[in-house]
Amino acid sequence: MKSDYLKKLSFGTKLSRFFMNWIFLIMVWIGFTNTFDMQEIIVGVLLTALISFLGIRLFTCCDLSLLHPVRLYNIAKFIIVFLIALIKSNFDVARRVLSPSLPINPGIVKFKTKLKTNFSKMVLANSITLTPGTLTIDVVDDTFYVHWIDTLTTNPEESYKEIAEQFEEILLKIF
Amino acid sequence: MSILEIIGGLLIVIGSIFLFLGALGIYRMPDVFNRLQAGTKASTLGAMATILGVGLLAPGWIFKVLIIILFIAYSNPISSHALARAMHKRKGYMYFKDEDIDAYSEIEEKDNSEK
Repeated sequence: MKSDYLKKLSFGTKLSRFFMNWIFLIMVWIGFTNTFDMQEIIVGVLLTALISFLGIRLFTCCDLSLLHPVRLYNIAKFIIVFLIALIKSNFDVARRVLSPSLPINPGIVKFKTKLKTNFSKMVLANSITLTPGTLTIDVVDDTFYVHWIDTLTTNPEESYKEIAEQFEEILLKIF
Repeated sequence: MSILEIIGGLLIVIGSIFLFLGALGIYRMPDVFNRLQAGTKASTLGAMATILGVGLLAPGWIFKVLIIILFIAYSNPISSHALARAMHKRKGYMYFKDEDIDAYSEIEEKDNSEK
């Protein structure tokens, strides 16, 4: 199934995906070697080119269109929203753990997502896990099953609004 | 002491407090899913804050530290998803307060009827 998907891609798509992986890997290389020495950078550029060429069927998440300014702006916005949600969720956990009566009302709810690609679904699932009181259990096609520590509603649309809307709006603009 | 060292030390202390709260959550919560809730969130932010604090104390490592933070934020939720899913498939104990709200059981019924 996956190879069919690869055959459909045109040469241009593959090339732009290759360059995107290359840029990302060069950034990781510079981060890890932690130097701008000419020798290190030459070896890094060659090695990362080899890796992104070999990994063209593994790293299928994004191509060069990700570097469009509107998308970069949305990525920055997503990171800020995500960090705020992460800090909020930690205070939420602290409040629940430290209060003597242990105020929880757990349950598993489901809702549907509008996202299409696998990578964006994974990003959404990870963000839901790290937001206050929710934990993604499984993603089947376009249905999310989420464990909710304080179940307010079992209606799919309402739980979608509560849990996923703030992230999905931004993710739809990125992918 | 420079201002960076003070902020770094504070971040390490905050991170350790969150890690402690996560451990307390794992002890106090009634079932696996709620324990994962507490464990995942607290350990993610705790580890991120601690590592960022180390990066501020040793500014030469800041790029490495940012990449490690990215990998933690990426891999921690995936492991918790795998644990929760495996636990549900094994029909482990689930705590409910008033009524059983378990939308995921429909998937398991479908799996069983296909066998």
